Amino acid sequence: MILGLPKRWSLAGYFVALVITLPLVAILIQAMIPDESVFGHLLDTVLPTYISNTLLLMFWVCLGAILIATPAAWLVAKCHFPGRAIFQWALLLPLAMPAYVVAYVYTDLLDYAGPIQSALRSFFGWGSPQDYYFPEVRSLGGASMMLAFVLFPYIYLLARTAFMEQSSSLQHATRVMGCGPWQSFWRFSLPMARPALAVGVALVAMETAADFATVSYFAVPTLTTAVYDTWLGYGSLSAAAKLSAIMLLVVFTMIGFERFARRKQQLFQKQSGAEPCELYSLKGIKALLATGYCTLLLLVSFLLPFIILLNYAWQYFDESWHVEFLAFSFNSFYIAAIVSVISVTLGILLMFISRVSPRKADLLPSRLSSTGYALPGTVLAIGILVPLTYLDFAVNDLYEYLGQQGPGLIFTGSVFVLIFAFCIRFSAIAIGSVENSYKRISPSLDMAAITMGLKPSSLLWRVHLPLLRKGIFAGMLLVFIECMKELPAALLLRPVGFENLATYVFQFVSDEQLEHGALAAIVIVLVGLVPLIYLNRSLEQQG
Amino acid sequence: MSTLTISDVHSDYQGQQVLKGLDLTLKKGEIAALLGPSGCGKTTLLRAIAGLQTISQGEICINKRVLSGSNVFVPSEQRGVGMIFQDYALFPHLNVADNILFGVKGGDKEQRKRRLNEMLSLVKLDGLSQRFPHELSGGQQQRVSIARALAYEPELLLLDEPFSNIDAKVRGEMMLEIRAILKESNVSAVFVTHSKDEAFVFADKLALFNGGRIAQYGTAEELYSSPNDRYVAEFLGAGNYLQARVSSSTSVETALGTFKSTAELKHGLNYQGELMLRPQQLEIVADDAGTGVILERRFLGNTCHYKVNVAEQSYEVNSQLSQLVPGQRVTLTTPVHPLVMF
Repeated sequence: MILGLPKRWSLAGYFVALVITLPLVAILIQAMIPDESVFGHLLDTVLPTYISNTLLLMFWVCLGAILIATPAAWLVAKCHFPGRAIFQWALLLPLAMPAYVVAYVYTDLLDYAGPIQSALRSFFGWGSPQDYYFPEVRSLGGASMMLAFVLFPYIYLLARTAFMEQSSSLQHATRVMGCGPWQSFWRFSLPMARPALAVGVALVAMETAADFATVSYFAVPTLTTAVYDTWLGYGSLSAAAKLSAIMLLVVFTMIGFERFARRKQQLFQKQSGAEPCELYSLKGIKALLATGYCTLLLLVSFLLPFIILLNYAWQYFDESWHVEFLAFSFNSFYIAAIVSVISVTLGILLMFISRVSPRKADLLPSRLSSTGYALPGTVLAIGILVPLTYLDFAVNDLYEYLGQQGPGLIFTGSVFVLIFAFCIRFSAIAIGSVENSYKRISPSLDMAAITMGLKPSSLLWRVHLPLLRKGIFAGMLLVFIECMKELPAALLLRPVGFENLATYVFQFVSDEQLEHGALAAIVIVLVGLVPLIYLNRSLEQQG
Repeated sequence: MSTLTISDVHSDYQGQQVLKGLDLTLKKGEIAALLGPSGCGKTTLLRAIAGLQTISQGEICINKRVLSGSNVFVPSEQRGVGMIFQDYALFPHLNVADNILFGVKGGDKEQRKRRLNEMLSLVKLDGLSQRFPHELSGGQQQRVSIARALAYEPELLLLDEPFSNIDAKVRGEMMLEIRAILKESNVSAVFVTHSKDEAFVFADKLALFNGGRIAQYGTAEELYSSPNDRYVAEFLGAGNYLQARVSSSTSVETALGTFKSTAELKHGLNYQGELMLRPQQLEIVADDAGTGVILERRFLGNTCHYKVNVAEQSYEVNSQLSQLVPGQRVTLTTPVHPLVMF
């Protein structure tokens, strides 16, 4: 706390927060503007389906993910079985897989012309689709399964930690009072882990609601695809903004639920200092089942799609490795690099202000600036287009008023809009990373430095920055990777003719030609593995 | 001349008065202890002196320069005070030399090096200048933090519970060592503690806090042997409190008899109050006809502690006599000394 912190610091913080919350405000304002034509039409026709599809999808994905993840988490946390040490981290790998890639691979495998149905037909001598029943992959159910397989690690991770942190004395107490391992699970472990599971479910639900590519590929219309189509199809920004506002309602409900569950989780997982439970040693058929289950899960959710991708990439290497691929990779990399530097710089500024400022209201900018991450990519894109389009028009009008040729769409028509959008979306990650690092710096260091005559700026420069190094690096890395992966915002906001790796891969997925984009998809997966390794390392250090 | 002057300082925290009118002056080279239980406002005062906390009323001056007062607030970085923290607050990314020279402004390479060496030898850490804080013991870190605070020659040194993280075995030695360093540099210091033993060893003067006020300010002897009130008396040591009546300007009547005082009593004739007698101020004598009976005996090494019952009242007595046993009849008296009555 620096009592003499000049007001200009606070002003800078508020300015950043204002810019970051601009899209959210823009959507809310735009959604208020009455516009009966397009939105009214949607309301009368397809909107109810969109909403029910979104909710159904969220329900099935959450149910699927929790059923897949809980047994795996319990096995890894509480039992000894062959391969446990590997599964512990390997079950996080699916998070690195874009869901639309998984969806593409399984559609290829499972649809009418795919190897599985072909094999069945030749084996049983069936001739046409009328001869047998096979579930349609490209459906709401199919999309739910694909998303569940990619998103279950959220629940797995939180549940595993919750199971591991349950104190051994409580578990011993249940055993002494006559519960077998199975009963102990139902009556003690599972209820204790419920808040953690709830947090996981909320995260999965949010990711599902924000998913664009998978449902778009499977042609399941949801609110996200509706936002996309309304803008690109009808060109109606205000109808898109209204749909976005409905999305926001769903997302903020989930965030509220998540916050609530997290508070509960803190109550339930308080005794983190307790010694870990003794593991059940699985033998014979039980061990086989445990290893089998985890292997199958890993195979289905990660290994198989990844191997197929590698195969595509190998076979079509010459078609994939060309100038375009390199150019698009470069686009992804340089945008990600710029965004990570900007976001982390903003993160440092905001957290510095909220740490040292004596004014209570100065805590607000960093809180407000973390809301960007809550906006799904499509919603954020609309929220950015609203003010920036306005600004573009204003600039051109000004030029014309001065009797000159307007400069064109300098904001919405250039990569500026992409960088701007990514900064808003991912600043929350940078802020979180810097905040975590800051928590480890004793406040007395600040007081020592200022009693020794340091000004606020030199406190930041000479004391905080050297000590935040790790957090700064981690924050940059995480933001960088998220930028590489982000698809819906890039699809909506990219300037004409601009492609990066994510949009490039999605283009191939849409055109049923992922074979040619497999190399790019592999780059995205490999880059996505980095934060998982990092996450796992930091978890192990804690343990 | 006085280094630090604090007059009528009030401070609020979230609508609650934490400091309720404090006065205190500190002479050049003196060490004052702010003593009291947790939550009494002593740390708040220390932070207010450092400029890490605002005050709502009153004035804080160092060497006649107003630092906090009505419409005056000098920011912490311009106050020129040194501060030692409970966790030492050494910068983990800097080595000992850079830590010590952190607050030293200006000077060429030679001068800075000379200053560093002076400091290192003052705190007896010669040769450790290239070490990092995590490579030092707790006591060494403590001494680095002192060297760092003294290196830029502050007008006043503030110490926030500096010994609470030090192992009890070496704490006493450590305190004497650091006191010697401060005295050698002739620096004035204010030091916060909740332990009267630390205050006795380390400080020249004690300010005992009670709920945001200073109950008494003076030397350890003054507070111990002539406390202002029972709170001060109890905080500084065990005591017996006897119902007493002033029978003349130098004598009081109690259940144990009439006692004479070598100093004039503060209260008027026939004043009824409590007479304070420390356990070692009561003398115990074996006496078969005595009115007292020994209830308990605890051998403490250099003395022996007795609990004695006289007419339904029990008294704590420390005595050199160790041969008395529970059940034995005794008489309690007190030698003539300046009596303290509340």
